Amino acid sequence: MDRLVFLLSSGLARGAVLALFALSLVIVWRSARVVNFAQAAMAVAAVYVAFALTAASGSYWLGLLGALAAGALFGALVERGPLRFVPTDDPLPGMIVAIGLVMVVQAGLAIGFGPEHRPMDAPFSERPFTVAGIPVLSPYEVFVLVVAAAVMGALALLFGRTRLGLKLRAAAFAPETSRLRGVRVPRMVTVGWMLSVATAALAALLLVPTELGLSPHAADLLFVDAFAVAVVGGLDSPVGALAAGLLIGVLDSLVTGYASAAAAPLAVLAVLTLVLLVRPRGIFAARERRAG
Amino acid sequence: MSTLTVERLTTGYGDGAPVVDGLDLEVPDGAVVALLGANGAGKTTLLRALTGTVPTRGGRVLLDGADLTGLRTEERVRRGLALVPEGRGVVVELTVEENLRLGGLWRHREPALRAAVAEMYELFEPLAHRRDAPGHTLSGGERRMLALAGALVSRPDVLLLDEPSLGLAPLVVARLLGVLRDTAARTGLTVLLAEQNVTGALSIADRGVVLSLGAIVADRPARELAADPALRHAYLGF
Repeated sequence: MDRLVFLLSSGLARGAVLALFALSLVIVWRSARVVNFAQAAMAVAAVYVAFALTAASGSYWLGLLGALAAGALFGALVERGPLRFVPTDDPLPGMIVAIGLVMVVQAGLAIGFGPEHRPMDAPFSERPFTVAGIPVLSPYEVFVLVVAAAVMGALALLFGRTRLGLKLRAAAFAPETSRLRGVRVPRMVTVGWMLSVATAALAALLLVPTELGLSPHAADLLFVDAFAVAVVGGLDSPVGALAAGLLIGVLDSLVTGYASAAAAPLAVLAVLTLVLLVRPRGIFAARERRAG
Repeated sequence: MSTLTVERLTTGYGDGAPVVDGLDLEVPDGAVVALLGANGAGKTTLLRALTGTVPTRGGRVLLDGADLTGLRTEERVRRGLALVPEGRGVVVELTVEENLRLGGLWRHREPALRAAVAEMYELFEPLAHRRDAPGHTLSGGERRMLALAGALVSRPDVLLLDEPSLGLAPLVVARLLGVLRDTAARTGLTVLLAEQNVTGALSIADRGVVLSLGAIVADRPARELAADPALRHAYLGF
């Protein structure tokens, strides 16, 4: 029983990070119709900025802000740079450019900072609280859950309740009609990239202290899992990313705890396969509609 | 409000022959001009070239003398040139309210935007009952109203309409054209209205322009054009 509680709660924390990263993939897919395979590499590059800022200033929070700002900047640079020259009527060329970017960014980071793992301190203790003798969540996991929930809430408000959010959604759904409504669609695509990579940078920053440490490949597995999460949820669906992220996080934790860590990726793969067999567009994917 | 001037405009698709070739047209400030012609005459292509959705090969598009030709679609819209495209103009994933707000975002700050949206609900009363309905649940007539309202909410100076009556019930058409006529009369809006529904279009227009194979073959007062059976027969097919 106590083991179950522990596995569920730590699975939830990992799931929140997964959901956040998957959400970042959903945002960029919706705004630019690109599956950004470079998301992990770009996010990790932003975490290096956070690492340097924290090392220089001694403040974790300054590093966190730095990661968000660097993520947004990298997102804008990639969209305004290499991806502007890629045809947008087909998602494939964008993905290929993104894969190329993975190699460039990861090699660049390894040249600049070395390939080794750098330990990164969490801002809160990672020792779990105990309730009636049962270990539950660590303060750091609570922090992760709170930050993830806050960011998701903020994004939901931004997209659902603000003028910018309305333009972002319209530009994503119907670029031609949006232009005829005076929306500067290229600018909206850039903003989508900035939001997306900043969110991914935050997810990677939250993950790194609980893993081996910071290295150019620190978020590779996170990307693989989050991509599966985004597909299971439906690439177009922010709610799907959230639900599937939590589901896969908990599943991963339970299988790791009760079977073995080696079995966890298989369980995730089984769920992915099952979902794609039953609902090829993902659980929460919108049904096909007539184009507007 | 504004005068739309088209000078020797040439446009077409890809490497194909021009669809519109060296066309001159002036839609004076506050006028309602009907753009008539059979299927394939080039009406839609002309309107799309005016808004920059189809690239211009030659010639110029001027709004009150200012050259719009090099501008992107969204910048032309922000200069006051709005288009309601044929059968589209609604973001079907967004609600009625969101579609209306979207149309006015660039023009209005918040209180003014709410007022402009409220005005559209008065003008297009059926939409007021469907504020929170997503675009894809609307009927054809409601969609057409929403597309027109979404363009009007930004208070454009020149409104281009592509076949607003296509596929609609006669009563709905009458209502749509009525709103259009009243709005133009009330606000001095300049309108270029492409229509296959010749009678309907000429009933609200000051002038009629007949397009055939991408060139203007007649340009006369609407009443005169409506009363000329030879011309109707030759170019409009009835």
